[in-house]
Amino acid sequence: MINQLGYYSLVFCVLFSLFIITNSTRAIISKNSKFDGIYYNLVFLQLFLVVFSFICLIFNFIVSDFSNVTVYNNSHTSKPLFYKISGVWGNHEGSLLLWLLVLILFLFLFILNSKKSENNYKLLTIVFQEVIILGFLLFIIFTSNPFEYLFPTPTEGLGLNPILQDPALAIHPPILYLGYVGTSLVFSSSLAATVNKSINSDWAKHIKKWIFASWIFLTLGIMLGSIWAYYELGWGGFWFWDPVENVSLMPWLCLTALLHSVLVLEKRNSLKNWTVILSIATFALSMSGTFLVRSGILNSIHTFANDPSRGLFILIFLFILILLAIIIYFSFEIKNTNPSNNFFWLSKETAVLINNWFMMYFLSVVLIGTLYPIFLEVISNEKISVGAPFYHKLMVPFLIPFFIFMSIGPRLKWIKDKFTKINYYQILILILSLVISYLIVEYSGVKYLFSTILISTSIFLFYSSASDLVKKNIQFPQKISHFAFSLLIISILINGIYSKEINSNMKVGDNLTFMNKKIEFKSINFEKQDNYNLLRGNFEITEEGKIPINFQPEIRIYDQPVISTSEADIKTNLLNDNFIVFSLLKEGEVFNVRYQQKPFMIWIWISLIMLAFGGSLALIKK
Amino acid sequence: MKFKKLNLVLILLITILVFFALYLGMKKQNLYTTDHIVNKKMPNLISTELFTGEETNLSELVAQEKFTILNIWASWCAPCRSEHKHLITLSSNNNSKIVGLNYKDKIENAKSFISELGNPYDHILLDKKGFISIDLGAYGVPETYVIDNTNNKIIKKYLGPIDEFILEEIINILNS
Repeated sequence: MINQLGYYSLVFCVLFSLFIITNSTRAIISKNSKFDGIYYNLVFLQLFLVVFSFICLIFNFIVSDFSNVTVYNNSHTSKPLFYKISGVWGNHEGSLLLWLLVLILFLFLFILNSKKSENNYKLLTIVFQEVIILGFLLFIIFTSNPFEYLFPTPTEGLGLNPILQDPALAIHPPILYLGYVGTSLVFSSSLAATVNKSINSDWAKHIKKWIFASWIFLTLGIMLGSIWAYYELGWGGFWFWDPVENVSLMPWLCLTALLHSVLVLEKRNSLKNWTVILSIATFALSMSGTFLVRSGILNSIHTFANDPSRGLFILIFLFILILLAIIIYFSFEIKNTNPSNNFFWLSKETAVLINNWFMMYFLSVVLIGTLYPIFLEVISNEKISVGAPFYHKLMVPFLIPFFIFMSIGPRLKWIKDKFTKINYYQILILILSLVISYLIVEYSGVKYLFSTILISTSIFLFYSSASDLVKKNIQFPQKISHFAFSLLIISILINGIYSKEINSNMKVGDNLTFMNKKIEFKSINFEKQDNYNLLRGNFEITEEGKIPINFQPEIRIYDQPVISTSEADIKTNLLNDNFIVFSLLKEGEVFNVRYQQKPFMIWIWISLIMLAFGGSLALIKK
Repeated sequence: MKFKKLNLVLILLITILVFFALYLGMKKQNLYTTDHIVNKKMPNLISTELFTGEETNLSELVAQEKFTILNIWASWCAPCRSEHKHLITLSSNNNSKIVGLNYKDKIENAKSFISELGNPYDHILLDKKGFISIDLGAYGVPETYVIDNTNNKIIKKYLGPIDEFILEEIINILNS
């Protein structure tokens, strides 16, 4: 019964979509751009239907109704309630329903928030957004129905992957979707403004909020995924250049570029074409992310759906949208009202453009690294995988000029800045940071001239953005975000250079010496928990002159399905993360033990939160 | 205006090209199939020996015997421990040489694994980066291949650890 209710409310939703699209198109063509409450009501009803359908699915998960295929495949009666609910979007069908929900919710909020905008523009945005909504609705109904019926009803479900039973991961997808889907609204709105010929400062001011909102969610979403990878996978890393991670990084880079260029559009009424192109590209990248993940074209822990018809549907839908965008962009010429589109070389506009170039460069590196293996396989049947060395080689050298420009850029004035006399103080700081970084590199044993330069530029950037914090002529949110970014860069660099690890096979009672620390495997306990059995190791690390620290990493053996996972025990302090993770080799005897020391880990998370916080300040600021 | 048209055509072309590339990529069975190697020629395998540290060519090592048993293993792999006793049983068979391919392992760990559990292998080659195993179409560790040296063909492969039944099957092949 609940199944049918959920399903049919989706079907009704299709009718609403069709009605809204035809009605508003007619209104646009007949130039009778009356915008009455009807759209508001219709979208609200649509939102209501999808929320209802989503609640039905949640209900099914809570009561463990295994006559529903999605519930059967992804849940289990013995699972804690929290994970039963998060299981709703931990699978392909449910996550698409959530995606749809956010799409409609954003459209609704958009209508609420743009009372002052032109009617024609609003109607056009609604049409474009409803086309996207319709596409997703059909996708769900025809290829990924979350309310598929199963008979006879099984008594027990197949369980949720225990690796996915983690609080960070429970909220990671919804937050990331908010970011992805936010870009859809930027897309619809920029197309609408192109058709309506209203790409100008006012539009920039209006759409800026949506860009910021998507950017904040995307940043947080990526961060949560990364936190999950760090704590749950226990590989000791937070970014692996996995194709699916890249797929979320690409829209982020594009959105970051857009975030800066839209400011130029707002302040100077310039860079119009570029802003529209970026809006289209950001959404196209978000969508191709969905395609790459859902079509099974990539092999990764994220690929849940391996049904080719699904991939084909998204691929065709994605390209219809892209073609639509290209045609609209080329047939409605965007005129630059600003006669001289050339910026003075020393101005904030130029700085933003430089930022955009760098973002585009980083974006192309990630794009090539992600797509090249697919293309190569098509052409030559060869399988390759592109890993960290590729990205590091191509990106790291460009970070040096990027940091320098980023240190200078925020201080420049709009239109034209004066080249004041050389700032000796700043040069002193540059020299100082060179010395500091030389010491860091020398001490760490990584003797590369290159690292020295890289670290000194990042210290320089850190200093500049820190001293910008007290400057008056820079906006507060920008200060915070730029400072957070420089903190992030420094933390990542130091983390990369100073991380140390040791990996060894140990039995209970074994000792291990590592960098004047003694690691002792003291004992092992066996415990039984609700839905898993647990092996807890007792390790003690003693360092001369310090109190010994106890580590208790765990191995969990889940019942449904039977999977064993390793839970690292991570001790965090302001300077270092120390962690031990161990895994089963042969029952009860030998374990593989890995001890890692990762400096500045906590600062990576702090700076990311600060980065997003800076963005939210910009969002609430009038 | 001409420039704009050119742009449009170019972008459309690229879009369509990317579409087809992705379409074809999707059509391809992306699951990493590993069966295609059976009944095929054994790829040429050159790598470093674990104990001597010398570059060696597998085909030169095993030229005299009728069969080669190639076993992919690692010290961190739990099932490898459980199959080890069967490999030791196999090592007494005269018709074959057993070659171990040590997969993504630390040399000290690999050595202590061997010294702890005994050495069934006539030779151990290193596959530090895992590329050789990819060439062989391996799924993971452990994995065992039976190679007929007379025509250099892979005649059988086993995924996962060897158990009593597989052991018997291999011995039957070797004695045939």
